[in-house]
Amino acid sequence: MGKGSVVPPLIHFAQLEKVLNHARANSLWPLTFGLACCAIEMMAAAGPKFDLDRFGAGAFRASPRQADVMIVAGTVSHKMAETVKRLYLQMPAPKWVIAMGNCAISGGPFNLDVNYSVVEGVEQIVPVDVYVPGCPPRPEALLEALLQLEAQICGTRRFPEPPPAMPKVA
Amino acid sequence: MNEISILRSLLTIVGVSVAIGLNAVFVVWLERKVAGHMQYRLGPTEVGPKGLLQTVADGLKLVSKQIIFPSAADKPIFALAPIICLVPVFVAILPVPFSDTLQGHELDIGLLLVIALGLLNTLGILMAGWGSDNKYALLGASRAIAQICAYKIPLLLCILPVIMLSGSFSLRGIVNAQDPVWYAVYQPVAFFIYIIAITMETNRSPFDFAEAESELVAGFHTEYSGMAFSLFFLAEYSYMFLASAIASILFLGGWHGPFLPGVVWMLLKIYFFLCLMMWFRWTFPRVRVDQMLNFGWKILLPFSLLNFLITAGVMAIL
Repeated sequence: MGKGSVVPPLIHFAQLEKVLNHARANSLWPLTFGLACCAIEMMAAAGPKFDLDRFGAGAFRASPRQADVMIVAGTVSHKMAETVKRLYLQMPAPKWVIAMGNCAISGGPFNLDVNYSVVEGVEQIVPVDVYVPGCPPRPEALLEALLQLEAQICGTRRFPEPPPAMPKVA
Repeated sequence: MNEISILRSLLTIVGVSVAIGLNAVFVVWLERKVAGHMQYRLGPTEVGPKGLLQTVADGLKLVSKQIIFPSAADKPIFALAPIICLVPVFVAILPVPFSDTLQGHELDIGLLLVIALGLLNTLGILMAGWGSDNKYALLGASRAIAQICAYKIPLLLCILPVIMLSGSFSLRGIVNAQDPVWYAVYQPVAFFIYIIAITMETNRSPFDFAEAESELVAGFHTEYSGMAFSLFFLAEYSYMFLASAIASILFLGGWHGPFLPGVVWMLLKIYFFLCLMMWFRWTFPRVRVDQMLNFGWKILLPFSLLNFLITAGVMAIL
């Protein structure tokens, strides 16, 4: 079930869990939560051209109690880290985290020796399920992250894998 | 009580539950589709044919999610609030006639029952806001209470002319009284104000103060997760269905219509009102609370009172 479950169940019901996991994978409601410029790309992904709602992931919930997936879109400063952690803890299980952009993965351009304010990767405060590299990642990358998260949850992928990137001409 | 009446009661219970459940599944899907197309998007397309199974997936997910009780919450009130919100719909839908023969239970005071039980929705919202021990939830609940004073009196004053014209509190009697001409023709002002008032009653945008996502996180259901939240959702869409059914009975002649069977006409009218409310929601921005209260008390109330008095005067003269 991923990192989102708090207590593993005592008895497993295979078929029931399969159905529930498919339901969960098909309605991943994100938390309305943007930290920096990646949030603009996240909003674009919910907009007309990319439309997260096609996969049932367009219902952005403002309350963490009703959200399933936290898209950490942007730079996490030490001051904000407390809030991010708190929001994660306020979400009901099962819950998932997508680290969107280089800042959320590793601190990105702020990962410097002189840096005193930026958390070097959101994985230091909450467990992350999918990483989306890019500065910022394009909305397609966020869509692909959602598809991969769905595959993690229910075991089957919705669309065929994208073709490998064109080999670089030397 | 003989076997026939027991069987009839059982059938009514099953029928009402199925109708409310199916309506919620369909209307939530429709709402997301309408929202999508209004924003030049597609809405749900991938889950099931045309995304029709989207609501089923959402429902299953919500059922299987953890329910969090805040440590400072008033637990009995917190747990009871969604139930108080939802259950009255099941009773209030009983006297609603969907066709000449399809009706849960004929009551002489059916309209009164529906109005009275419609008030319990706000009680549920107040309990949710009070029990959550959350400032946003409490603010949302207090707004819902302020709102109910602003819309309920104009709503009742719009219903009164219909009762005077038809001479009946029974919903069936009201439908039968408007056989050739719908009351929307005789009472255009009341019809117009009634549509505004049911938009307020069902907490829909532009009057969704109790929820007000951009101001109050999620309003009265901020602290509700999983199934408890989905009960509020179900209650909202069921109240929309009920309010639309009452609107089509009071003003659009209920099941009356040419060619098609009565049930089809009734459902068409109900979904006309539902689509109207969706159209409001995705085109109007939310007004401010003071604007809504001023609008309710200073515009809706005088006009509905005037309409009521004029109707009474004309009826007395004729």
